[in-house]
Amino acid sequence: MSLTRDDVTKVAFLARLQLEPHELDTFTGQLNSIMDFVAQLQEPDTADIEPLAHGVEIHNVFREDRAVPSLTREAALSNAPKRNQESFLVPVVLD
Amino acid sequence: MIEPTRMSAVELINQMSAGHLSAEEVTRAYIDRIDRLDRSVKSFLLFDPESALTVARSIDQKRRNGEHLGPLAGVPIALKDNLCTPGLPTTCGSRMLQNFRPPYEATVIRKLREADAVFIGKTNMDEFAMGSSTENSAYGATCNPWDLERIPGGSSGGSAASVAADFAPLSIGSDTGGSIRQPAALCGIVGLKPTYGRVSRYGLIAFASSLDQIGPFAHDLADTSLLLQVISGHDPHDATSVDSPVPDYLATLEKPPERLRIGLVREFFSEGLDPEIEAAVREAVRLYVGAGATVKDVSLPHSKYGTAAYYIVAPAECSSNLARYDGTIFGHRAADWSPRTPEEAEIPPLIRMMMASRAEGFGAEVKRRIMLGTFALSAGYADQYYNQALKVRRLIRNDFDAAFADVDVLIGPTTPTAAFKLGEKAADPLAMYLSDIYTITTNLAGIPGLSIPCGLTKSGLPIGLQLMAPAFAEENLLRTARVFERQTDWHTRRPSLA
Repeated sequence: MSLTRDDVTKVAFLARLQLEPHELDTFTGQLNSIMDFVAQLQEPDTADIEPLAHGVEIHNVFREDRAVPSLTREAALSNAPKRNQESFLVPVVLD
Repeated sequence: MIEPTRMSAVELINQMSAGHLSAEEVTRAYIDRIDRLDRSVKSFLLFDPESALTVARSIDQKRRNGEHLGPLAGVPIALKDNLCTPGLPTTCGSRMLQNFRPPYEATVIRKLREADAVFIGKTNMDEFAMGSSTENSAYGATCNPWDLERIPGGSSGGSAASVAADFAPLSIGSDTGGSIRQPAALCGIVGLKPTYGRVSRYGLIAFASSLDQIGPFAHDLADTSLLLQVISGHDPHDATSVDSPVPDYLATLEKPPERLRIGLVREFFSEGLDPEIEAAVREAVRLYVGAGATVKDVSLPHSKYGTAAYYIVAPAECSSNLARYDGTIFGHRAADWSPRTPEEAEIPPLIRMMMASRAEGFGAEVKRRIMLGTFALSAGYADQYYNQALKVRRLIRNDFDAAFADVDVLIGPTTPTAAFKLGEKAADPLAMYLSDIYTITTNLAGIPGLSIPCGLTKSGLPIGLQLMAPAFAEENLLRTARVFERQTDWHTRRPSLA
């Protein structure tokens, strides 16, 4: 597996990261070393092995679907980078 | 009477209950020491002496009034800065959260507050807990109190350094691949990663949700047991926290373990292990044999894949968890997201804002892991990387299950080397990743891991002994470690901070 500069550009866009050209070079090199390192995961025989998502396997937890107190609107908005009285404000989404 | 800052939490509690010391005197002693010495260690991102003194005075008042006091009444504690403290900055070591004031409280913080602990400050950490040296903090590195030119370990480096330097008798960290045990080892203190689900993660800023676990730092096992007891337990706010009773860890600590069957992990004594560390660990094994333990060589054959599996699973989870930092709801937003190239002009403004905000808010290691995880989960690669890593994760867990069929506790070194120099591994991510080689598999398996001080190198750097036990066997893990601590004095050693 070898990641090209174009692959990393594509991944950075998927990850919503704007990269400077010099970062793109550094990350391409470093991500390739890491991918070379993780290639060893293909070595063990995993034919009949189920994936393990949690070390301590857990079961579903159910509860009544009841409204409980939660953050006030003001508390929820208190860390917004940009807001008005009742909403988060973002750059224009639709023309 | 000895200096309060040289007492353990248990001793401080006894002195305060007996009326020999007030919470205010204790807190003031730690504040004075931090004022004098933290400028060279730099363990705190937030140090709030006034609030700490106010809380300490209120505890003294409660005591005078004969009111009920919690189990940590008047004991100063340092908190890793990824735990949500309402109204107080919670930066996670990131520029992204520089101005974040959480609107809610982490369960662990609530439990500590209800236990009447005194919050002395919030500690430095690798950004979003990604790192093994605390150099990835956006606010500068923390130094190891034993040698200020060296790293304290990470990611909970500030929490470990603060206890090692006697800035607090207790601190809280979080451990995703070794972030409590590795800095505990490198700073010469005790650090415990509990079983996954033992401690609620509610209000812990998420890095890799299937691996993250909050745990205690202290100088000795009695303090560790006391703190573990306070923070453990089921929490309806964290569906992965486990609803099983919390034992009285402190009350049973002095009871010798019912069985002392120890497994020596063969793979943890391989190439790359510093001979001085190996010698200290082998000496610890001899001590256990002298105490009547049966010691058996065991193999965890898939542990060699642990780091590789981790660097797919953890980045995959982090790429999802950190998607929330997009400059809209909270966290950093870039001031300028105008297109720099014709290609960028094609991207909608909202997306450009998110991309620019994340580019400015995150440091290099966080970006690297987000991209790694995004790639490992992307269409066409998820099976080859993410699902394969989860299968290898099961093989690693199966190895532990097989080993624990014959032994009660596994033993090995916590780290392959003692603390390295600041800057030594900063340019080589992979070399940094390998410093967690012995701690990472317990997170993948979900089991508890403990590091206790077991020696000093010739140049005076601490060495950690790692003990691992089956899920929810913390009680036996602590009692087994206590067999070693009782017969040694490594936990009483302190760095000489001028």
